[in-house]
Amino acid sequence: MAPEAGWIEGKHERDTLVFNAGGAWSMRELARLVREVRAAIPARAALGGRTRARIDLARVSILDSSGAWLVADTKRRLDALGLATEIVVGRAADRALLDRVDKALKRIGTLTPPAKPHALLAALANLGEIVIEGLKKGKELLSFFGLSLVLIVRATSMPWRIHFKAVIKHLETTGLNALPIVGLLNFLIGVVVAFIGAVQLKKFGAEIYTVDLVGVAVLRELGVLITAILIAGRSGSAFTAQIGTMKVNQEIDAMQTIGLNPIEVLVLPRILAMMIALPLLTFYADMMGIAGGALMAMLSLDISLTSFVRTLHEAVELKTFLIGFLKAPFCAFIIALVGCFEGLQVSGSAESVGARTTMSVVESVFLVIVFDAFVAISLSILEI
Amino acid sequence: MEAANVIEVRGLINQFGLQRIHDNLDLDVHRGEVLGVVGGSGTGKSVLLRTIVGLNRRRAGRITVLGIDTEKASRTEAESLLRRWGVLFQDGALFSSLTVAENIAVPLQEHTDLTKEVIHEIAYLKIGLVGLPADAGAKYPSQLSGGMRKRAGLARALALDPEILFLDEPTAGLDPIGAADFDMLIRDLQQSLALTVFLVTHDLDTLVSTTDRIAVLIDKKCKVGTIHELLRDEHPWIKEYFHGPRGRAAVKE
Repeated sequence: MAPEAGWIEGKHERDTLVFNAGGAWSMRELARLVREVRAAIPARAALGGRTRARIDLARVSILDSSGAWLVADTKRRLDALGLATEIVVGRAADRALLDRVDKALKRIGTLTPPAKPHALLAALANLGEIVIEGLKKGKELLSFFGLSLVLIVRATSMPWRIHFKAVIKHLETTGLNALPIVGLLNFLIGVVVAFIGAVQLKKFGAEIYTVDLVGVAVLRELGVLITAILIAGRSGSAFTAQIGTMKVNQEIDAMQTIGLNPIEVLVLPRILAMMIALPLLTFYADMMGIAGGALMAMLSLDISLTSFVRTLHEAVELKTFLIGFLKAPFCAFIIALVGCFEGLQVSGSAESVGARTTMSVVESVFLVIVFDAFVAISLSILEI
Repeated sequence: MEAANVIEVRGLINQFGLQRIHDNLDLDVHRGEVLGVVGGSGTGKSVLLRTIVGLNRRRAGRITVLGIDTEKASRTEAESLLRRWGVLFQDGALFSSLTVAENIAVPLQEHTDLTKEVIHEIAYLKIGLVGLPADAGAKYPSQLSGGMRKRAGLARALALDPEILFLDEPTAGLDPIGAADFDMLIRDLQQSLALTVFLVTHDLDTLVSTTDRIAVLIDKKCKVGTIHELLRDEHPWIKEYFHGPRGRAAVKE
């Protein structure tokens, strides 16, 4: 059984504008009722000198707080037209509700939405905010870097304070467990590089240089870079999420009250494990990349494995391998540092864990590539 | 007129794995009353609430809310039910990416075709009704204290002017003054908005000050009565609950 729908009708009495209302003044059909009520309010010109208004709710069957809001809103509009408005109700409960709503509206006051600044200005302000945030973060990251260095140096002088069990555990998760994916990916990269090289170099009849290309590209750049990016996504993000969750659970506060240094307990083992794991993974990645290149060379260029190895031996110096390999511990440090830093930046909510994890991956990949480019440019200037 | 019982639970069975939480549980909630639901930890107070609002699938039994069988309800009936009840979860469960005013506006946008401006005004009316300051509307949930988050959650639950209000431990985690204020707010809103309130709580003070009747979950069923009836009950858990040191202190006043 549906209740009678809400309605309103305006009437003119001598000096009074009378609104008779009835039916359900409730949320159910509020949108329609709002339109009807607003349409029933006359324009100032049509008032004809009337100075008073009356809203008669005697026949309203249901009044809820949204209906009461509409009554209050109508009264406000009539008052604004210069009419002294009174409200007549049928039931005491309705009067109580109207009073309650009036009180609430008074508490809130008249809301003026904040002025929207000019779009260009807002964009400029936004840009400024981003720059300042970035600088602030850079400063914080730098100070965290310093703090970690100090603690690493202190730990080397007191090696018994290093949490070796944690180091081993993180070695397993960041190193050992990453072997399949790192191997597969670098193998495929080797295949791709060899394939592209073969197609291009065949035009000059210089297919044999494919071996040089694979060797130099994988050993010097791709092996370490692909592995570092992969580990940043896989383990750097995990560091942030783990430490961030502990922060949300107040575990880090608990540690501090017990007298454990969270950086020593959480950050150092992760940095150490990462700095051991990533170079090892890089070596493994180099081998897999070369293997992929060799397979491709064998299949599409008819270069036998022995001639591949012989050519590789001539083409690639130890220096090429070392340049790639020695970048690994630095990349590892960047990834672990950023991962832990963002984890410790987590504040309060679970939402911020997600946001910080995303940020951690983006930043560490960014920094790893910047570092790599920096090394490449420096080496070319130094003509190494 | 509509039936006096707004919620009827008959023969409800809830079971997780091998553990049976509710076994043939019957419960009536009358129109316009505040029903407190109490019970020891693990007796399924929150499960009962979640089952009634459809967040938890029951094993067996029938639940009728506002005359609509929740299991057999058609899509439109189920949707109309959503408009007619509001739920306040323990910590407010506000959407963290939205401001308080936007949170309150969500059900209004979803279920009504009101204009933006009206939704905005109604959202701020609800903020005023639950006793939050006007500037809370533009704040994000993480910027509010626990008590304010609960009030904001209540404002969202009341957004559509529901007939039934489900509250899950509304005073948990509040200081005694905040909790007492919240109790008064619930009672006050219940009377001025003519709500039926289903109140899950641990708080004896809340029970005494706000509820009309109390449902005690014991032995996988529930026992309903006014506080005076339950005070005379001989069941050991009920006795312990109301006559323990905390119970005595709360009931004395």
